[in-house]
Amino acid sequence: MFGDYSLGDLGSIFVMQGFAGLILFSVYVLMALGLAIIFGQMGVINMAHGEFMILGAYVTWMTSNLFQAYLPSLFAGYFFLAMILAFLASGALGMLVEWALIRHLYKRPLDTLLATWGLSLMLQQAYRSVFGAREVGVELPQWMLGSLHVTDSIEVPINGVFVMCLTLLITISVAYVLYMSRWGRQVRAVVQNRIMAGAVGINTEKVDRLTFGLGCGIAGVAGSAFTMIGSTGPTSGQLYIVDTFLVVVFGGAASLLGTIASAFSISQTQSTLEFFMSGSMAKVLTLLAVVGILMLRPQGLFALKVRK
Amino acid sequence: MSDEANKGLLSPLRRKLLMGMAAVPAITMLPRGAFAQAPATSAVNTTGLAVTDTEVTVGILHSATGTMAISETGSIQAEKLAIEQINAAGGVLGRKIKFIQEDGASDWPTFAEKAKKLLVNDKVAAIMGCWTSASRKAVLPVVEQYNGMLYYPTFYEGLEQSKNVIYTGQEATQQILAGLNWIAKEKSAKSFFFIGSDYIWPRTSNKIARKHVENVLKGKVVGEEYYPLGNTQFNSVINKIKLTKPDVIFTDVVGGSNVAFYKQLKAAGIDLSKQALLTISVTEDEIDGIGGENIAGAYACMKYFQSLDNANNKAFVSAFKKMWGEKTVIGDVTQAAYLGPWLWKLTVEKAGSFDVDKIAAASPGVEFKGAPEGYVRIHENHHLWSKTRVGRAKLDGQFELIYETADLVEPDPFPKGYQ
Repeated sequence: MFGDYSLGDLGSIFVMQGFAGLILFSVYVLMALGLAIIFGQMGVINMAHGEFMILGAYVTWMTSNLFQAYLPSLFAGYFFLAMILAFLASGALGMLVEWALIRHLYKRPLDTLLATWGLSLMLQQAYRSVFGAREVGVELPQWMLGSLHVTDSIEVPINGVFVMCLTLLITISVAYVLYMSRWGRQVRAVVQNRIMAGAVGINTEKVDRLTFGLGCGIAGVAGSAFTMIGSTGPTSGQLYIVDTFLVVVFGGAASLLGTIASAFSISQTQSTLEFFMSGSMAKVLTLLAVVGILMLRPQGLFALKVRK
Repeated sequence: MSDEANKGLLSPLRRKLLMGMAAVPAITMLPRGAFAQAPATSAVNTTGLAVTDTEVTVGILHSATGTMAISETGSIQAEKLAIEQINAAGGVLGRKIKFIQEDGASDWPTFAEKAKKLLVNDKVAAIMGCWTSASRKAVLPVVEQYNGMLYYPTFYEGLEQSKNVIYTGQEATQQILAGLNWIAKEKSAKSFFFIGSDYIWPRTSNKIARKHVENVLKGKVVGEEYYPLGNTQFNSVINKIKLTKPDVIFTDVVGGSNVAFYKQLKAAGIDLSKQALLTISVTEDEIDGIGGENIAGAYACMKYFQSLDNANNKAFVSAFKKMWGEKTVIGDVTQAAYLGPWLWKLTVEKAGSFDVDKIAAASPGVEFKGAPEGYVRIHENHHLWSKTRVGRAKLDGQFELIYETADLVEPDPFPKGYQ
């Protein structure tokens, strides 16, 4: 298939394809991080993850409209504020949901699946009633559009680079919070043994609420970032949920490193295959590979060793 | 019928017949002309439809919730507008149209169930509804079994024809062929890259387009790619496009994927003012979500654009905005949905009856001169004769009309040589 192209062409395509893979990797990590925290650390199967992402996207859309109407001179920088607001909004909703719904279900993890699925339907309809059934277009500042011109045939999308940087930043922050901070130790203690953690004086309820809020908040940031590359509508969250679960389950539920490794392997497989065959076939083969590996390693790529 | 005890013994049908028979002598006694607009119910409704002396009931069956609500909302709005306008102009055979709206909820079995409810319980005279081919395929056996009349608004893949359906959108050849001819001539295009969502409509459309490119235009299809519905990552296929450097990118990507595709195309540095792109899946509705700046310069092949400059359309656009808000946009399918109630009214008046069989028989040849897209006429195969138009997307989300066929294009749902 490469007979018709010059060596230079091929070289630049491989570079670009490499970037495409890296961007896909960043997107996967960003959407899976929030779920990895909630599913991995708390064992809650949050089917409404996509809707928390879309809340972030809607917050971004509203911020963009506000800036256009009242502060057009600062429009170039609105996206940073929008991401912070998205984090706060999704995080706050997450904490509310944890308090109202999830905390009653910690002993029945499978029921969280049904409860959060119902929640996702309710949120979708709420978005539809509030923002309308149609998709909204989020306007981006000029500097975030277009691509960096490296050579004549190599062009790197700016929004891709932006997502990559953001993913890096958030991953490092989450790793720091979970593994270095006092609060992170409390979270891990609660995960390992809730009763003992309570006995040594950790306020497990508070830890749960904050963990759930953090996971949802990160979903909100992801949703905000994805307004650059995807659609914003009441049901757009559904587009991400399958891939998100795939990444988290494949990586091994309780491991941050596993999530990253799994996002990397899935994204690279997918984008390489996509180049050689059609998109649908690439997806089929990727899923087959994931199923095959999960049959051999049901606990995922990286599993914590725990006493059962 | 004043006797309460009597009521239970009579079937609704018999009661209607009796009422109709009772009305006949009354009519003959009235001066001529008074009922010229409103013939007796018994005469215009012999099959027990929900028609009274003052009202006729139709059904609206679209998804107001679920994934498809994005697309179907416009159709619901257009149908309600048409019904309101028809009522304001005196209704159909002197009867006001009353509508019962059911929600298909983006779920195909639900569509079939609601269609059955509308036909069997509500006895509606016609259904304006369905959007995706999947929902139409689910409803089709129901309207055929219970002998209903469906007005279907979406442009679709063809390969279907039914006594019980009027297709007010374009079938695939009407939408595609003239557009390909135009772009091949205008851009001297020889190589085409196809990209679509992976389901029946894009696959059938691309099959027709490929035959046309290879056999008629003597061009070459350098790539044909499909992505699952809802796919949000297009970087790999964009790289392939860059590698193959096609003269024209021909797309039928739908739904949320559409937004991702154009945003990523722009981010990858493909400039649509230089790279020709022809889409058959983007209307003004979709641009709302995609953002004008991401798609400006692309060509779309449709039969209607909101910007069409004719008196019918100006009146339609201003009435639509008055009813549904200044900010709403009107896409191709919305306009086709607007045709449904009007075509039904005109057919009923031509047939002089609400009976489905008579309407099905009277449909061919019915003309609607007030259509926003211009003049349309129903073909023997229950599709519409209509023009094919090419528009170019502008920054503000509207299309600029670039080309239209001189004559109406004949609908050809089973195109020979393209299957």
